[in-house]
Amino acid sequence: MTVFQILLMIFLLVCAIAVSFSKNLLNSLLIYMSFSLIMSVLWICLESPDLGITEAAVGAGVTSILFFATLRKIRAIDVQREADIDEDDIIEEEHTENK
Amino acid sequence: MSKRKADFEYEKSFSYKFNTWLSGTEDPYVGKVEMKKQHHRKTDEATIQERMREHHKLREKVYDVDNKMVVSFNKLYKVFAIIFCIFLFLLLAWNVSYLPPLGAADKAVNNEVPKRYIESGIEETGAINFVTGMILDYRAFDTLGESNVLFCATITVLILLQITDKKKKKTDEDMIFEPHDDPILKLSAKVLVPVIMIFGVYVVLNGHLSPGGGFSGGAIIGAGLILYQNAFGFSKAKLIFNEKTYKSISACALLTYCLCKTYSFFTGANHLDSHIPLGIPGHILSSGLILILNICVGMVVACTMYTFYVMFRKGDF
Repeated sequence: MTVFQILLMIFLLVCAIAVSFSKNLLNSLLIYMSFSLIMSVLWICLESPDLGITEAAVGAGVTSILFFATLRKIRAIDVQREADIDEDDIIEEEHTENK
Repeated sequence: MSKRKADFEYEKSFSYKFNTWLSGTEDPYVGKVEMKKQHHRKTDEATIQERMREHHKLREKVYDVDNKMVVSFNKLYKVFAIIFCIFLFLLLAWNVSYLPPLGAADKAVNNEVPKRYIESGIEETGAINFVTGMILDYRAFDTLGESNVLFCATITVLILLQITDKKKKKTDEDMIFEPHDDPILKLSAKVLVPVIMIFGVYVVLNGHLSPGGGFSGGAIIGAGLILYQNAFGFSKAKLIFNEKTYKSISACALLTYCLCKTYSFFTGANHLDSHIPLGIPGHILSSGLILILNICVGMVVACTMYTFYVMFRKGDF
């Protein structure tokens, strides 16, 4: 086992612990994505490139996108929405001031 | 000798714009990027106090802070959770110590099956990539089941999450799901999407020669479709992928797979023999049915990924 692989393993451990300890759901999702990415590099180091490609495409790509969509649907992360609502309020206020 | 350009022609050119931008005489954002005035939102002192009081009331009502039973239960719960986690970790670590060392000769997996795959895999399947040879030739029937599972999952998601109410379509909720006009995302999608798509098609078609295959290639194509949708919106993505395309593509791919692999039931379920010449291993048109099956699996997976995303996001194509 080379130093590179040991470093990746340490990153994996740090990611796995950080996911459960982060309070923000968006942050934990991003950490989850990086976990999958490190895992795909590790698969290639372990001489199974098939698994590496699948992990990068499914684990880091599609699964986390589905998580994003679901969290947005249940309004666990809605940064954009709040910004929109604020803008709408301001526009309404401007209208009333103009009148 | 080159002709001197007219002034109005020179002012339109890229080099003039670049020079002005470099020397700082012109602000490139003025008149091109939509700018909004920033507003300060003022909140009264009274409303802040009111909100804090409401929050306090709610906290007392919901969490029941004064109840000593609840407090002690919460503490006990945390302690037991930590103890349980440590116990589980130790149990798993203890089990790992009983695993045979890597590459031991008397391991249970070192029997005649992988030996056969490695020794005569290329001759029998024609695929250089053993994994694909295994998945789509020796165990092609398992892969057929997996594709059907994916299809069933998509149909379930369609049944549960599809919004069939036609009146609901033109509401403000729809606007939330449309992407905002983002030039950075659009430009990067313009550059990235074709590359991702071509890489996905390459992975699918070269499944029997290089790492990858139907499943990973299909997932890559699905991810490219999702990126395209995110950048350009549902109205444009609808042009290349709608419900009709999903139905026809996945049904055709699954039917082709079934026809290719289930006829062996009628010939005695002996071996999945295809009578197609295997060709020379290493060429793209080789290894019999594996290429066709890879394309089928890739199409089913790509459709499934994109449909999942669209259903979760909006509930309609």
